[in-house]
Amino acid sequence: MIEIDRLTKRHRTRTAVDDLSFTVEPGRVTGFLGPNGAGKSTTMRAVIGLERPTSGRALVHGLPYAELRHPLRQVGALLDARALHGGRTARAHLLGLARGNRIPDRRVDEVLDTVGLTGAADRRAKGFSLGMAQRLGLATALLGDPSVLLLDEPLNGLDPEGIRWIRGLMRGLAAEGRTVLVSSHLMDEMALTADHLVVIGRGRLLADTPAERFVARTGSLEEAFLRLTADASDHRAGKEAR
Amino acid sequence: MADLRAAVAFEWTKIRTVRSTLWCLILCLLVSVLIALLFGWVLRGAYDDMSAEGRARFDPVASGFNGLRLGMICLVVFGVLTITGEYGSGTIRSSLAAVPRRGVFYTAKVLTCTAIALAVSTVVVLATFFTAQTAIGAAHNASITDAGVPRAVVGSVLYMTLLCVFALGLATVLRSPALTLGILVPLFFMVSEILNNIPGVRNAAQFLPDAAGGIIMRREPQAHTILTAWTGMAVLAAWTLAALTAAHLTLKHRDP
Ligand SMILES: Nc1ncnc2c1ncn2[C@@H]1O[C@H](COP(=O)(O)OP(=O)(O)OP(=O)(O)O)[C@@H](O)[C@H]1O
Ligand SMILES: [Mg+2]
Repeated sequence: MIEIDRLTKRHRTRTAVDDLSFTVEPGRVTGFLGPNGAGKSTTMRAVIGLERPTSGRALVHGLPYAELRHPLRQVGALLDARALHGGRTARAHLLGLARGNRIPDRRVDEVLDTVGLTGAADRRAKGFSLGMAQRLGLATALLGDPSVLLLDEPLNGLDPEGIRWIRGLMRGLAAEGRTVLVSSHLMDEMALTADHLVVIGRGRLLADTPAERFVARTGSLEEAFLRLTADASDHRAGKEAR
Repeated sequence: MADLRAAVAFEWTKIRTVRSTLWCLILCLLVSVLIALLFGWVLRGAYDDMSAEGRARFDPVASGFNGLRLGMICLVVFGVLTITGEYGSGTIRSSLAAVPRRGVFYTAKVLTCTAIALAVSTVVVLATFFTAQTAIGAAHNASITDAGVPRAVVGSVLYMTLLCVFALGLATVLRSPALTLGILVPLFFMVSEILNNIPGVRNAAQFLPDAAGGIIMRREPQAHTILTAWTGMAVLAAWTLAALTAAHLTLKHRDP
């Protein structure tokens, strides 16, 4: 379970997250939606302690992230898949993280196999395509067999087979009783995957509702999303472009 | 609570799985020994042509350790890369996700870096010493058991190690390898050297980290320094402690 409790994050002049509260329950896939710059990534980074909140807090299983003894065994996060050391192999990247959290070494080969990177395990990350980096990011998230998963735009760069695979993976993880929070801009995909939706705009909560009920208003998730966020988006394309 | 041993295992795995850091350590040895060999040879021939005053001032230990100054830069680059590699690539975020307590993360990094620097410095200093003294030749060289020599050898190992850790601390505050090395390399090679030769500021310049720690690298103390071998080392240790404290505060209060 993840609790976001009156979370606010201000940068010098911009407010990225503004007094945001919601709870992510186990046993279902929660879709995290919002226009560009809404504050989704900021919120997810705050959960794993990579953003110090201006005020408020984020809790995992009732605890601040920093109090977890071996956090990767409880929380798996895919936030920025490109954040790899170019000179290190996929296997070495995972091995370090595993050693750091006393995860058995054999998990490294297991997750490499799960995400389909066994053949690239000993290649240096600088040669990875976006989709391969994304797969390694997923392997990192799954490494500690965590009960909570945070996936920030996991579909980026994945091929159709990969997209279908992730859909099944997320549904399977939720069915096992895990907590899954996933952000995405792909409405069709979210309509297929999410049981519950949290929608934010300009750092504020706009909706926290079962996916079915959200879609029922208009018949399509995309339409419902665009109407709800019409006044809460900073980055709409110009009229001509639309 | 937090698992420092696991965090050290994490740091060790990160260091040994990247080639660039390993190359720094190998280069440190090669550069130091090669220069020692060259200097030794040149000195062996040049000794007879030296003036009486030159001969009186000749310190085979200090001359033999000249190569360390260049080799040391490789070790400093190693210290810098262990942290800037994480900021540059963005792996600092997955590292802190794995070890979220900043104090534990940084203690593990400093311990691992220090242990490696100490081991490498020991090998490099001993290899440099024996190479240089062999090249200088039995007529004018120093033996490891001569008065003042064990101090110079042990001190040089400490000097290189502390300077590496000092660089790690500074790099953590600045985050950029270009900026950090842009400050440290000129400081080590020019600023200290120039200031140390201007009588007016010499007394202040010897308190710079590299100058203070470097006083120990000779058999006979120099007349013009206020600092002695060990007080100089203490000054370098204080610089190192200050850099690590600043680094720790920076890590605690800045988002990665
Ligand atoms: N370091 C920073 N300094 C200043 N502003 C920042 C910083 N980081 C994020 N922001 C701002 O915070 C807001 C939220 O950004 P965030 O990345 O969380 O949005 P997002 O919902 O993930 O957007 P996207 O869908 O484009 O990924 C944006 O307006 C962004 O410009
Ligand atoms: Mg984002």
